[in-house]
Amino acid sequence: MSSIFTSSVGKKLMMSLAGLFLIVFLLVHLGINLLLILYNSPETYNRAAHFMQTNILIKIIEIVLFGGFFLHMIYGVIVQIENWLSRPKGYRVANYSQTSFFSRFMIHTAAIIFVFLVIHLLDFYFKAKFGEPKLVTYSDGKEMVDFGSMIIAKFHLPGFVIGYILAILFLGFHLLHGFQSAFQTLGLNHKTYTPVVKALGIIYTLVVVSGFTAIPLVIYFD
Amino acid sequence: MDFTLKIWRQKDAASRGRFVTYHLEGISPDCSFLEMLDILNDQLVQKGEDPVAFDHDCREGICGACSLYINGRPHGPDDAITTCQLHMRRFRDGDTIVVEPWRAKAFPVIKDLIVDRSAFDKIIQAGGYISVNTGGVPDANTIPIQKEHADIAMDAAACIGCGACVAACKNASAMLFVSAKVSHLSMLPQGKIEAARRVKAMLEEMDRLGFGNCSNTGACEAECPKQISLSHIARLNREYFKAILG
Ligand code: SF4
Ligand code: FES
Repeated sequence: MSSIFTSSVGKKLMMSLAGLFLIVFLLVHLGINLLLILYNSPETYNRAAHFMQTNILIKIIEIVLFGGFFLHMIYGVIVQIENWLSRPKGYRVANYSQTSFFSRFMIHTAAIIFVFLVIHLLDFYFKAKFGEPKLVTYSDGKEMVDFGSMIIAKFHLPGFVIGYILAILFLGFHLLHGFQSAFQTLGLNHKTYTPVVKALGIIYTLVVVSGFTAIPLVIYFD
Repeated sequence: MDFTLKIWRQKDAASRGRFVTYHLEGISPDCSFLEMLDILNDQLVQKGEDPVAFDHDCREGICGACSLYINGRPHGPDDAITTCQLHMRRFRDGDTIVVEPWRAKAFPVIKDLIVDRSAFDKIIQAGGYISVNTGGVPDANTIPIQKEHADIAMDAAACIGCGACVAACKNASAMLFVSAKVSHLSMLPQGKIEAARRVKAMLEEMDRLGFGNCSNTGACEAECPKQISLSHIARLNREYFKAILG
């Protein structure tokens, strides 16, 4: 049983489960962020963010989420290092027959996403938790962090918008391989359904990338 | 046809190798790749030089002995064939051809283009068998087997253990090979009994020997001369989860 954490297939299982969890999380995150451009005032977004911050169930899921990120990253780095070591001497002529192009750059896209994630957490998450975030009080007397205005202000800085969109694009590259790869690792490979999973992965990536890039663009050009 | 060959030469496992350039002239387009190397070796021997060592046996695409990483592809530029089935007409006159050995920690170079693939034998020894005496050849259909299952087992059994999957994989992973063997045996009633023990033992041995972890890039499937499909890797994973949880 313990080999599930240490064997090559076991490690990949952990990565794929954590990855799928993060994939679901991204959709939730996108859904909430879209509130920013769907409504004229940041109030709805702030209320949603407030709910996410205070609801006890969400707080538990949040721990799982950080655990998921951690597992996915740790196993990803271990697997990659082992993979580098498994071919100490490389080829003179690089092999170009990889059928899944983005699979070659998972560790590279991952590194970029990681840097983005750290900045992202410092900018928003930790600021709200440990810093002195801007507060706002709504008509029903509820006081909450004014995340919406913080983000809108950020999305008016051209450098920030460009960096953000670039990071999302790399996230997209990561997802293009990761989505379908997770299913294969779980042993889900089927003549008819695997092409469907692959198509779903592309659609999912398009939705996530276009959604997350549309938000800063709409706000910037508003 | 004339060719410039850049071939990896390495005296033995302990020495540092290097690429040596050779020029060959007047090669027939119908010459096979290995025959072309035979011609080169002939010339080297006549000059009193050491011939290029490379693996080969059947020369008809069934034994899995031949290897060679040719211009960036295991078994050369054609799909679904072994190096012994590759012909010089596949190249253009005057081409430069770079020939390298399989590269993987688990496949150390023995000499020139020959690598030690006994790691595959060790994986088979760990569990790639059934532990009963099967006797003589049984009559057809004495054991009822679903047609689909027989087909999958047959497709998997086509693996000749050449190691091109490892050579092609950016992670030098042996998953396609192991999955072919696990699939082949676990689809058949004779192999089912030991399926759980087998998959665990073979994977453990594979990890121990220093092959990399599969990241589903699909290069193995693209380069496999027997077109073993990635679906076998998914089956291997399923068999493993079953074995661990069951
Ligand atoms: S799976 Fe294909 S490439 Fe790998 S050893 Fe078997 S025949 Fe060769
Ligand atoms: S020499 Fe037997 S497969 Fe090529």
